[in-house]
Amino acid sequence: MDYENAEKILEVKHLKQYFNVGKADEVRAVDDISFDIYKGETFGLVGESGSGKTTTGRAIIHLYEPTSGEILFEGKNVDNFKSADDRRQFRQDMQMIFQDPYASLNPRMKVKDIVAEGIDINHLAKDDADRTNRVENLLETVGLNKDHSSRYPHEFSGGQRQRIGIARALAVNPKFVIADEPISALDVSIQAQVVNLMKKLQREQGLTYLFIAHDLSMVKYISDRIGVMHYGRMLEIADADEIYAHPLHDYTKSLLSAVPVPDPEFERARQEIAYDASHENDGKERHLVEIAPHHFVRAAEDEIPMYQKRAHEASLLH
Amino acid sequence: MDNEKDILEVRNLQVDFKTYAGDVKAIRNVSFDLRKGETLAIVGESGSGKSVTTRTIMGLNATNARITNGSIMYKGEDLLKKSEKEMEGIRGQDIAEIFQDPMTSLDPTMKIGRQIAEPLMVHKGMKKEKALAQALEMMKLVGITDAENRINDYPHQFSGGMRQRIVIAIALVNYPEILIADEPTTALDVTIQAQILNLMKELQDKISTSIIFITHDLGVVAGMADRVAVMYAGKIVEYGTVDEIFYNPKHPYTWGLLSSMPTLDTKGDELPSIPGTPPDLLDPPVGDAFAARNQYALKIDTEKEPPFFKVSDTHYAATWLLHPDAPKVTPPEQIVARQKKYAEMQAALRKHQADHTTPVEEEEEQQ
Repeated sequence: MDYENAEKILEVKHLKQYFNVGKADEVRAVDDISFDIYKGETFGLVGESGSGKTTTGRAIIHLYEPTSGEILFEGKNVDNFKSADDRRQFRQDMQMIFQDPYASLNPRMKVKDIVAEGIDINHLAKDDADRTNRVENLLETVGLNKDHSSRYPHEFSGGQRQRIGIARALAVNPKFVIADEPISALDVSIQAQVVNLMKKLQREQGLTYLFIAHDLSMVKYISDRIGVMHYGRMLEIADADEIYAHPLHDYTKSLLSAVPVPDPEFERARQEIAYDASHENDGKERHLVEIAPHHFVRAAEDEIPMYQKRAHEASLLH
Repeated sequence: MDNEKDILEVRNLQVDFKTYAGDVKAIRNVSFDLRKGETLAIVGESGSGKSVTTRTIMGLNATNARITNGSIMYKGEDLLKKSEKEMEGIRGQDIAEIFQDPMTSLDPTMKIGRQIAEPLMVHKGMKKEKALAQALEMMKLVGITDAENRINDYPHQFSGGMRQRIVIAIALVNYPEILIADEPTTALDVTIQAQILNLMKELQDKISTSIIFITHDLGVVAGMADRVAVMYAGKIVEYGTVDEIFYNPKHPYTWGLLSSMPTLDTKGDELPSIPGTPPDLLDPPVGDAFAARNQYALKIDTEKEPPFFKVSDTHYAATWLLHPDAPKVTPPEQIVARQKKYAEMQAALRKHQADHTTPVEEEEEQQ
């Protein structure tokens, strides 16, 4: 990751997203997280179910009103746009690819209408011919062909449907795409196809991705930087290679030690590292601290030396 | 039985599904053995027939399924010839299954203690109190904390990982000879998955069950399986020991599967992927069903179906590339690296054996 020339496209500042606020069953799905995403990068968000990664994605695209904190997209607060035009532009610039290719496409709409919905809403097409042309180009871009445009979603396989979902997201020329578990529902051989397509589109169109997933090997492969979430908090952020090679937080170590590797020899020798979460609730004030350059760990004041020592042992500090 | 260690022998199994569009040939001539105490993993994509195979063993196929050929021998008897009544006596007693989704495989209106005790009451005619006492033991065995107080809880009061433990307790309470685990950890987080897999291994050692493990996650297979069968388009295309399949695979489909899964070391712009999609089994292609997606396909692949070629006593693959007259091809980079690792492992093993046998011989000479 080239931090020198990196330009922030998204800033999340002290985001809190609570549900059932003030009631007995209050859920702190996202509890005070802050991070930035740079233009053109893929930021991977990993964590177990219930860690708040999906909620974070949804809060960023403003499907929720944040409980507190702010989200700045290209410097503008997504919760409080100055004009309707800004809001419309934001909704065009940020798009989402969903997990379930079966549930996320309207079964009663033809593929061309699904893909063109955003084009229609944003009045991007000059006339019908332009609209058809755009749809056909989009289908081609994602590896489908134009004959597919008058078919319905049920006529496609899971991988093809996910390509339709990607075409729909790209239809409005977004800058930022949130992909929430985009390949979890697909077969192994198809997952690689979709990931390759996403990478190709990123190169060609300079897209920025927020890639949310629980498959850690795939996240490492696609991401430039990775954030690890647990219980609604961000515990560690670093470059993808670095976080896998030298995790500093105990939770990250534990998570990585549980990833099954397609290598029997490795599996026979594997030692899982258990994580004891009890210290997280000891009442100490914790926040993300930059332990090594661009490597952040959630730590209390008195834990910083310990993490620095770890970073030193991993030769992250010079 | 061909081999006394075999507990289950599936031979030439063929299953069709009647649909409005025609007959879907879901299982096309599948044969395999399951040995006592081993874990056999069946891997493949959705639609390759792995679940249909195990559902046929359990006698749980949908009503439009037709078994057109084959036999499934268990303890000298063909399960396919059993009546529905007889199968009821075998399911949950001799052969049990763990399903993928722990959220839907439990009865939401029944207390979990009762659900675990039910197989004992049904199959062993046990009285409720005794069965519940045994259910409690089982809950402790699968690691449900505070079991005494939780025996009267309902499924919704448990997390996904705990529910899967309950499902495992139900499946194992009768100490079945065979356990079929159909993607048992796919719905779980990696840390919970690791716990459940360890639990399954532990329990297998304790009650020496044979496991048929169905999954598409090759990482899980590497950690769980003794032997692996790779399925594609309703057929087994390659089978062997876990080391043979992961370090010395021979079928191009196995190559594709192993290369398209990134490991934590994979880098580069493009992930090797298998182009295209699996064939339509309404009308399976002539010859090798994988030919259309196979960059190593030979002319004969589209004409004649490849038989199994022997690689070792335990390793067979159905690809024409193994025919003596076939041109030599170089597998993908990743596979070559795996083969190299295997060769080194074998060499190290031989050296190890040599080192350890020599002193023994010397001792014998001295005596």
